[in-house]
Amino acid sequence: MSIDKDKIKHVSKLARISVDEKKIDDLTKDLSSIFKFIEQLNELNTDKVEPLSSILNEPLRSRKDEINDGKIRDKILENSPKKNEEFFVVPKVIE
Amino acid sequence: MADLTKKSLTEIVSLIKKKEIKSEEVTNLFIKNIENDKKLNSLITNCNEHAAKKAKNFDKNPKFDTLLPGIPIAVKDLFCTKGVKTTAGSKMLDNFIPNYESTITKNLWNEGAFLLGKLNCDEYAMGSSNETSFFGNVMNPVAENTVPGGSSGGSASALAADLTPTTIGTDTGGSIRQPASFTGTVGLKPTYGLCSRWGIVAFASSLDQAGPMTKTVEDCALMLEAMAGFDEKDSTSINKKKENYSKNLTSNIKGLKIGIPKEYRVDGMPKEIDKLWENGKKILKESGAEIIDISLPNTKYALPTYYIVAPAEASSNLARYDGVKYGFRSNKGTNLIEMYENTRSEGFGDEVKRRILIGTYVLSSGYYDAYYIKAQKVRQLIKDDFDDSFKKVDAILTPSTPSAAFKIGEKKNDPISMYLNDIFTVPVNLAGIPAISIPAGTDNNNYPLGLQLIGKTLDEQKLLNIAFAAEKKINFKQNLNRWWEK
Repeated sequence: MSIDKDKIKHVSKLARISVDEKKIDDLTKDLSSIFKFIEQLNELNTDKVEPLSSILNEPLRSRKDEINDGKIRDKILENSPKKNEEFFVVPKVIE
Repeated sequence: MADLTKKSLTEIVSLIKKKEIKSEEVTNLFIKNIENDKKLNSLITNCNEHAAKKAKNFDKNPKFDTLLPGIPIAVKDLFCTKGVKTTAGSKMLDNFIPNYESTITKNLWNEGAFLLGKLNCDEYAMGSSNETSFFGNVMNPVAENTVPGGSSGGSASALAADLTPTTIGTDTGGSIRQPASFTGTVGLKPTYGLCSRWGIVAFASSLDQAGPMTKTVEDCALMLEAMAGFDEKDSTSINKKKENYSKNLTSNIKGLKIGIPKEYRVDGMPKEIDKLWENGKKILKESGAEIIDISLPNTKYALPTYYIVAPAEASSNLARYDGVKYGFRSNKGTNLIEMYENTRSEGFGDEVKRRILIGTYVLSSGYYDAYYIKAQKVRQLIKDDFDDSFKKVDAILTPSTPSAAFKIGEKKNDPISMYLNDIFTVPVNLAGIPAISIPAGTDNNNYPLGLQLIGKTLDEQKLLNIAFAAEKKINFKQNLNRWWEK
């Protein structure tokens, strides 16, 4: 798989990261070498291997469906870069 | 009394318990070392005033029946600390003040310790040299302009320079063991699930694990004891009885079987590392262990597997940084999408962006099976290799890193050569098993080198015992001229 500028642009859009035009050549070069490196895995035949789903020997625990926390709205809002009373503020979405 | 800050944690605890020294005395000496440091850049936030106050309070009303009575501890800035800025080494969290405490730090404070400072690290723990931090490079106390390793580079540097008596780091692919190796200190990555991940800024959730970084193996046992334990808040936390690692520590390792994996002898590895490894074998043999050659055939695929799994998980975890709920927000852009894109572009550094892009790509429609599922299959094979080996041996001995510490800037522009630093440490994270790095010698420049012992799931006690036996015979001595104070 070769990585080109268009792919980088597509993926950066998916990741919601704007990429500086000046840096895109270096990024293409770096990612191409990284993908060449990780594609070594294709040497291995894994047709009969099940993908690992958890590193723990036991299944994931589920807790009782009980409320054990809450009423922390103000605490949650404390670190917000922009807020208005009890709301997070974002740029206008609806015209 | 000789310089207290050079003593081991265990010695300091014992002196405090015997009332020969006060917490305030010890704490002030560490604060003095922090203030005298002009070059290491190992701290992002110092908590000198907080620590001095806590020490005074401890002495007024001391409780000696804890593991860490009156001990000041600086921690990696990836652990959320209530009311104290927690940055993860990123511009994105430069203004983030958590209103909760991570379980691991809470465990330490419950054992009588208190916060001394927040330590520099690679941005979001992504790096092997501490060069990706928004807050600048950290230097290795071993030599000026040399990296301390990463991502827990600030932790390793502060510990080796006697700025903190012990510290904690996190290890996703070697981030505790590699910097420990580079700075002549001890670092343990516990079994996945032994130490709670709650309140630690997430990088790759199936690999991340917190662990102790200390001056001696005995200290490491003590710290692990304080840190480990079941936590309701972490769904992958293992529910098991607490162990007394420090009380049960013994250097009697007679009859234990130690495996030597042939795949860890890589091309271009410096001769000194080979020599160190041979010496490690000799020492363990002298201590009564049996040395057995083993094979971990899929070792060479560990790093490529890691560079799919870790970025994939990182890209999901770091999706939360959107400039809305907390952290940095860009004021450029006219709509919501542009605000997201500019926030993430300005808030993250190059290495973090690179990894988010890799992760997004391998998880994207049409590529998921070819990359992510493939990697999880190989991860299973790597785990099987270890499971098979542990039917024959009690532990595995390898070098910790393929080289000693390198110069700042030396590998910065070549991601692959940087990633190769973790070639011996990454397989352990993929398999979820514990491993410890102990200082074992030096290279031609007199830079420290470490040996790694790998154990099976939840076999930390045996691992610590073997490390304890090896440490006694190796008798590594660090002799630093404190150039960073000049």
